Parts: sequence; C-alpha cells; structure tokens
Amino acid sequence: MSLDVSEALSRLALRLGGEGARLAQAGRLSGGASMETWAFAIETAGGREDLILRRRGAPFDPGNARSIRLATEAALIRATGARGAPVPPVRHICDDADGLGEAYVMGRIAGETLGKRIVSDARFDAVRGTLARQCGAVLAQIHATPPPADLGLKTVDGAGELDRYEEVYRATGAGRPILELAFQYLRQHLPQPAPPTLLHGDFRNGNLMFDPDKGLVAVLDWELSHIGDPAEDMGWICTNSWRFGRPDRPVGGFGDYADLLAGYAAAGGRPVELSRVRFWQMLGSLRWGVMCLTMYMSWANGTERSVERPMIGRRVSETEADLVVLLEQGL
Amino acid sequence: MITHPRTEELAQAVAAWIDEIRPGLDPRNGFLARVAANALATVGRELTLGPAAEAAAVAAMAQVLARAGTHAELTEELCARIRSAELTVATPGLLAALRTMASDQLAIDQPSYRPEGSPPPPP
Repeated sequence: MSLDVSEALSRLALRLGGEGARLAQAGRLSGGASMETWAFAIETAGGREDLILRRRGAPFDPGNARSIRLATEAALIRATGARGAPVPPVRHICDDADGLGEAYVMGRIAGETLGKRIVSDARFDAVRGTLARQCGAVLAQIHATPPPADLGLKTVDGAGELDRYEEVYRATGAGRPILELAFQYLRQHLPQPAPPTLLHGDFRNGNLMFDPDKGLVAVLDWELSHIGDPAEDMGWICTNSWRFGRPDRPVGGFGDYADLLAGYAAAGGRPVELSRVRFWQMLGSLRWGVMCLTMYMSWANGTERSVERPMIGRRVSETEADLVVLLEQGL
Repeated sequence: MITHPRTEELAQAVAAWIDEIRPGLDPRNGFLARVAANALATVGRELTLGPAAEAAAVAAMAQVLARAGTHAELTEELCARIRSAELTVATPGLLAALRTMASDQLAIDQPSYRPEGSPPPPP
C-alpha cells in the first residue's frame, strides 16, 4: 500500500510541478486505518515545495459515515479560507488520473498540534493568553461562511445529537447512571433553535495548529463538518477531555470562556450565551463518553483487535467525573 | 487470595517487563506496548482499590434507592429510575452518590486525569 502511494506521488509530482519536477521526499505521518496523511515534497528548477497529502485508505460509505468526502473537505477549507479563516492552502484535489483514490493535496505549514505542548510548553507561555480570543475570532469567520448548498452537509441540532448518541449508548448494553442523568438533564435543557450555520465539527485543541509567535495558524481536520448551532463548535473546544490536564482553563486548556465569547463577538459573530456553550460542552463530554464505549465495543465484538480499544473504554470514567461536576454546577 | 506473589504483583511484573523491551520496538508497537503496560497498571489498581470502590458504590446506591442489592442490581435500577426521570439532579443525595462513584472509578482507570472543577496543577 505504501509503495503504491509513493509511486503515485512521483507521478503527481510531474503533474503539479511540470516537466523535470521530481518527488524529493515522501513519508506517511499518521492517521488511523481509514485516513492517511503523507508529507512529501516536490523539487523543480524553481525550488522545493513542501506538501501534505490527505487520503482515504478505506472505502467511503456515505450512508453510514459521519464524515464528509475529502473533496467536500477541500471545498470547505477553500470557502472558509476565502473568509479569512487560517487554513492550509488547498493545492490540488486528486482525480482518477492521479491513482490515489479519494485524496487532496495541501501546502505544508509549520506549527504545533499536540495539545499537551500548547497547554504546558514554555514556548507558548507568551502567546497562550491570546489563544482563546483568537479561537473565538476564527470561529466567527468559519460560521460567517455561507454553507455551500451543493455539498450535501448534514444538519445537526441538540435533540438530534442526543437521540443519536442515546441510541448508540443503548445498543452497547452498558448501564452507566451518570450518562443516563446527562441524557435526561440535557433533554430538559435544550437550547432554542439556532440559525443554520456552517460548523467545523471537530474544533478542539489537537485539531488546531499553533505557532509560538502568531498563535492559531491553521484549522485542520474538517472531516466532521456539518450544519448546526454555532455554540456546538464553542462547546467542543471547552470539553475537559481536550484541556490536557488544565481544567482550570476551560477553553482548550489555554483560555477562559469570556475571551472565547468576546473574540467571537468582536469578529462579527452573533453573540452567544455562555449557558448555550455549556450545553454543548456537557453534550461534548457525553458524546466522548459514548464514543469511548463504542471503541470498547468494536474490540468486544471482534471488529478490532488492538489493545488500544478496550483501554479507551476505560476513559468513560473521565467523562463521568466531568459530567457529574457539570450536573452539580448546572449550565 | 495468596500473597507470595499477590495478583497485582504479577501484573506489576509483566508491566515492568513491557516497559523494559519497549525502547527496542517500532513506533506502532512501542505505542501499543505502552498502552498494554497501562492496561496492566489499571488491572493492578482495580485489584487493590476495586473491592472498596465497589462496596462504597453499593452503599451509595442503596441509600439513594432505599433498598439493598448487588452492584449489578442496584446499577440497573438506578439507571432505569434516572431514565424514567423519577430521579433527577434535584433528588437528595443522588449527585453526591454519583460523584463518589465517579471519583472512585477514575482513581482506578486514570488517576492522573484532572476532572472538571480541579484546581490548577502545582507549578
């Protein structure tokens, strides 16, 4: 498989760089079984270009998948980038001639994506206090992007999400009183409907690239993008599982609610109430808890064999510890 | 249970061996080996902390439900009565019971996790 990709990248180098261009370097970075990320470079007489290939390694099932097609992802990156959001430049959307399957190419940018480092490395001490506000401003830019109608994005609201995750939870057969109480409480505190808004869908510390001087330089991982309540994106980056050991700094482990909300409003976003963000934050913990259960289930039913899966199942209790405090505090 | 060695000591010994061979593994297996060692550490904590945690959970649930039962029976009934909204966040003692159960389980699964509401870590 990896040999095929390297060969295809050599051909792609010619297509993108023109005659005389050659593949200077190629290596797989990371990603799960279904999504591959490759770093590669093209050398031409004019110089070297560092690029990233994002490629689906397993067949895409639009009926079942929560995620969107890679061409859709690339279109959203371009559309939000045109509104000023910091995103990687999309260089090329692959077609059949490339022999890479579903894939696209973007420019490689430098920065840090490991959440723990952004939260605790001294390199980020100077910029850390500005990041929550910056995240708010960038979310306002993303949310101001008119949702492209022809992309077939799914629409999601609070009630629908609760239905969806409760069905998944029931199917696992697990009995977890705190998750039960969170479902009940959130159903009783559903926010008023929000105007349909383009959401990133996975906006959290870990999917954002930061620079020690410039702060937020790129919003990555658009595969869960959908239409919904703007506060969903704000609540997800406040979910404690993505604060990397700094629960005292609710936004991503680096900032405060007030800065996120102020940055959002100052950049032209329709003001959002904190309780609405907290609704989605609590739903974020609940959602992550249910996802951890399903990862255990994928091992229990034999779909996956990795020891990682049952161990992620033991992360449900982190969401329960968070949820019980949120239930005590209220929204 | 016999004591020479205790079960948690067996788990501890295997985890220590995995950590020893880890540096020689390729990155993927190195990562999985770390997960495996962590799994054994969880097993060890459950063996030592589990009995008291389960007893505390049984006592806490029995008080909320005003009846006796096993952990499985009480958990099932608690879930059902929360699902039917007979018990809510306003039910006296419910959140306190759930908080005890959550923090005891977290101490087994992931003692380094800092839950919502924790103070900043010491510098």
